[in-house]
Amino acid sequence: MSEVKFISPETIEQAVDAYSKSSKEGKTKILAGGTDLLVQIRSGISQPDTIIDIKNIKELKEISNDNGSYTIGAAVAGAVLDEEEDFGNNWPGVLEALRLIGSEQIQGRASLGGNLCNASPAGDSVPALIASGATVKIQGPEGERKMPIESFHVGPGKTNLKNGEIVVNFQFPKKQRNSGDAYLRMIPRTEMDIAVVGCAVNVTIENDKCVDARVALGAVAPKALLVEDASKALIGSNFEKEAVEKASLACEAACNPIDDKRGTISYRKKVSKVLFKRALEKAIERAKKG
Amino acid sequence: MNEMDNKWIGKNTIRPDGADKVTGRAEYAADTIMPGMIWGKVLRSPHPHATIKSINTKKAEELDGVFSVATSADCVDFPVDTPVILGIQDIRWMARNVLAKEKVLFHGHPIAAVAARTEEIAEKACELIEVEYNIHPWAIEIDDAIKPNAPILHDFINFDGKPSNIAGTLEHKKGNIEEGFKEADVVIEREFETAAVHQGYLETHACLVSVSPDDRTTIWSSSQGQFMVRAMTSFITGIPQSSIRAIPAEIGGGFGGKTIVYLEPVATILSKKSGRPVKMVMTREEVMRASGPTSGSKSKVKIGAKNNGKITAAQGTFYLQAGAFPGAPIRGAAGCCLAPYDIPNAHTFGYDVVSNRSKVAAYRAPGAPIGAYAVECVLDEVAEALKMCPLEFRLKNAAKEGTKAVHGPTYPVMGYVETLEACLSHPHYKAPLKKLQGRGYASGFWFNAGGESSAQVNITEDGNVVVTTGHPDIGGSRASIANITAELLGIDVNRVSVLIGDTATIGFSNLTGGSRVLFASALVVTESTNQVIDILKDRASKIWNIDKEAIEWENGEARPAGDNAGKFKPLSLVELAEQATPTGGPIGAGHQVNTVGAEGGFATHICDVEVDIELGIARIIRYTAAQDVGKAIHPAYVEGQLQGGVVQGIGWALNEEYIYNKEGKLDNPGFLDYRIPVCSDLPMIDTILVEVPNPQHPQGVRGVGEVPIVPPLSAIANAIYNAIGTRFYSLPMSPPKVLEKISD
Ligand SMILES: Cc1cc2nc3c(=O)[nH]c(=O)nc-3n(C[C@H](O)[C@H](O)[C@H](O)COP(=O)(O)OP(=O)(O)OC[C@H]3O[C@@H](n4cnc5c(N)ncnc54)[C@H](O)[C@@H]3O)c2cc1C
Repeated sequence: MSEVKFISPETIEQAVDAYSKSSKEGKTKILAGGTDLLVQIRSGISQPDTIIDIKNIKELKEISNDNGSYTIGAAVAGAVLDEEEDFGNNWPGVLEALRLIGSEQIQGRASLGGNLCNASPAGDSVPALIASGATVKIQGPEGERKMPIESFHVGPGKTNLKNGEIVVNFQFPKKQRNSGDAYLRMIPRTEMDIAVVGCAVNVTIENDKCVDARVALGAVAPKALLVEDASKALIGSNFEKEAVEKASLACEAACNPIDDKRGTISYRKKVSKVLFKRALEKAIERAKKG
Repeated sequence: MNEMDNKWIGKNTIRPDGADKVTGRAEYAADTIMPGMIWGKVLRSPHPHATIKSINTKKAEELDGVFSVATSADCVDFPVDTPVILGIQDIRWMARNVLAKEKVLFHGHPIAAVAARTEEIAEKACELIEVEYNIHPWAIEIDDAIKPNAPILHDFINFDGKPSNIAGTLEHKKGNIEEGFKEADVVIEREFETAAVHQGYLETHACLVSVSPDDRTTIWSSSQGQFMVRAMTSFITGIPQSSIRAIPAEIGGGFGGKTIVYLEPVATILSKKSGRPVKMVMTREEVMRASGPTSGSKSKVKIGAKNNGKITAAQGTFYLQAGAFPGAPIRGAAGCCLAPYDIPNAHTFGYDVVSNRSKVAAYRAPGAPIGAYAVECVLDEVAEALKMCPLEFRLKNAAKEGTKAVHGPTYPVMGYVETLEACLSHPHYKAPLKKLQGRGYASGFWFNAGGESSAQVNITEDGNVVVTTGHPDIGGSRASIANITAELLGIDVNRVSVLIGDTATIGFSNLTGGSRVLFASALVVTESTNQVIDILKDRASKIWNIDKEAIEWENGEARPAGDNAGKFKPLSLVELAEQATPTGGPIGAGHQVNTVGAEGGFATHICDVEVDIELGIARIIRYTAAQDVGKAIHPAYVEGQLQGGVVQGIGWALNEEYIYNKEGKLDNPGFLDYRIPVCSDLPMIDTILVEVPNPQHPQGVRGVGEVPIVPPLSAIANAIYNAIGTRFYSLPMSPPKVLEKISD
């Protein structure tokens, strides 16, 4: 690595200003936890001449709860969010997805913003964020805008962020009564691996009936997917076998995976059905508890 | 020596290397630095197979900060048609593997190297080297390498009178297999495949080399043999061995993979040309692409048995990948696979197949797990067909003292039967299993080795002991040698310090491999220590003015014996050391010899798995490894060897594999996608140390380090079958493969 300019702004405006003035595309990089970025720099995939560390910007490190509606700063580390007891009670699925990222050491740094902006189709927190219905707040040279998570990605490594834009925070809806979310992933090992398939489910139950459902899949397509047909199959059902089967087939149909060193197309399709059913079961259990 | 009276042998004494390792003081190869040191980097082939038309290093040499550039033109020239054998290696290939000469033979093959002020400059300079290639089609898999019209890697290799990628064969024969199969009531024949797997040592290859203007060369490196490093570097650079001092660093894992050189000769050339000390450290990616691994394989095994459970005939054919240069471990596959059994008629055949992969290096019992995998899986099927317990079936056919092995020798005292009996009486054998859980069994054998070893035992002026041996310690040899020396001298183990000498300070000692080290070094240390005791008695005889023969050494002191018993106050080691100068001078002795009498090791394993049939995941839930360890000098270390071997076997069986893409390049050169097991993947691993002492060794030692990786592949495959009723003939049994086969 040759010389790199390192900036550590304290306001979003300064960060956006520096970022939008970046010399060439990809030459200026935002640094949150760095658990993706540093690996990419070391392996030569990314060769920035300027790094903007966003960890000193207050808003990006904040966690707030406005009457049950959470706002999580984009650069909050997994381990910090883990200590926010009530967040896990509201969004156990999001938290369990975040917790799966890396190891104890990685958790001390890895952020939701980094996981989202890295735009790996296998990023673990992304399906859980989609299922939760969270939106992301973005700030750039032209001001501020919001976007649902499912609209954020274009493809592997590609996002809808425009030149100079950074992710500020995640805003979660108020958790519905009798709702619950869950995230499961398939990896060949038990730890330290990349999702071959990830599935998040968020359901709301009233009088044993499914009144709302959001299902999301990761690692089965160029980007994480909101599977609307699966939601449709579940909403209005009592989670009877046929409805669940139909939703699982919708998951399979939504998959558009590749054959690669981590899994085959047919494997990913089969596993998406299995993980969906298992995640659904877990989400229902949580929803029933409140 | 009376077993019951042992004070140190068989005790889990504190590891002499422990404090340094846990406090970060241990010096690994990459920790050594020198004033004026510069950095070396390697340019590697972007093609899996090409002829090198030209190499132009001019631009690299001109880059600011570059000190020297090396190519094969700087190495001694070894003609391709003249073997230059060093141990099990051929320097013709070693030289070409270190720096490609006529051809590049795999993606990642080193072509040139640069030494520069920083690693970054060296890397940049590598990019400035211009290489003209004539690109050839390539062959990665065995089938592609042996099919008609396959791209030929080496023109001079012939097989059946034609240019071929089959570089060698090996055969073991006993009895008459046609007759044997005729006698059988049950005959089962199956084909198997295993993927190439890497040793997975955590410490990447690294060295620092300093060549002075008069060619005197010092090498600090991490290897399994400082003398191997010296010899190979000498061959390849032309510097005589007497001018090279190779200093072994503490080693961060080797498992066989550090029994050859990659960097040392290159750094030596770079240092010689630049006049600066040169340091080279491989990245993990370089380790994965261009060092190790062990062979992938294809094999076919056929076994016949009578209804009474006696095996009448066995046949095995094994094709093993050698990588770019000849030298696949076919002897381990074809030689070890039937070794646990008394089989009247047998024939095994091995093929050494070159292809456009990195050259294989030794990996724990090289080749043996591949052979055992096929044989032990077929045995499981034969036992099932005969409705016999797989362990009873093995017991019925077990080799014993006096059995003539298929690979040649007639066995002396050995403990294979004892490992089977230990498993049969272990609670694991009878433990209940739940749905989708299964139990599998397998046995395994490894030759073990002796070979050259040197030791020096010196008494310090304050009456303590320093032992120096010449083998890098990769499995606990220092602790074990301390136990043995303390036992022989009758002193506290903490008074013995054991060191690994460098090539200038201790006599030639063969590399750490073949599970030889404790066997061999215990022999020379015992002899040296006995000589020291003799000297100590001699000194006491001078002080007391009595015959040496009238003195005995007991409990760390010289005592007058026989008629003189009780006449003098015993002299301790400390007292004798104090009087060393007036009684004749320094006290110490050394011994060096080619050790013989190493005997094979046998193991039997029991493995329980649970299979998630919806995801295709097999998890190991319980594991017990029984092994004839001869004599466990330091039991905790021996258990560690068994457990470590099992863990590597689990990785091999379930997830590890070299995956090549369509361009002939390794697609998973890192620990993320090359999946060695993590702790949470593993159960606690029980060990049963069966001790049938090797009668040809003063302490009864047998090698223990390699046998434990032999049975797991088949024990796991057999357990999965027992759990879900599906047999797998291809490794790894990774989730996509398992699910696909179950869904069929
Ligand atoms: C050993 C190891 C194991 C891992 N295991 C997993 C795993 O199991 N699952 C998983 O999903 N990931 C895993 N990862 C990847 C990584 O840890 C996660 O993606 C993590 O969430 C990234 O967060 P970060 O804060 O470290 O991101 P960084 O590395 O700081 O940033 C990642 C990318 O996003 C950009 N970026 C970051 N924040 C912003 C922002 N606010 N606005 C705009 N752009 C931004 C950066 O420029 C960079 O391109 C692992 C990584 C390692 C090293």
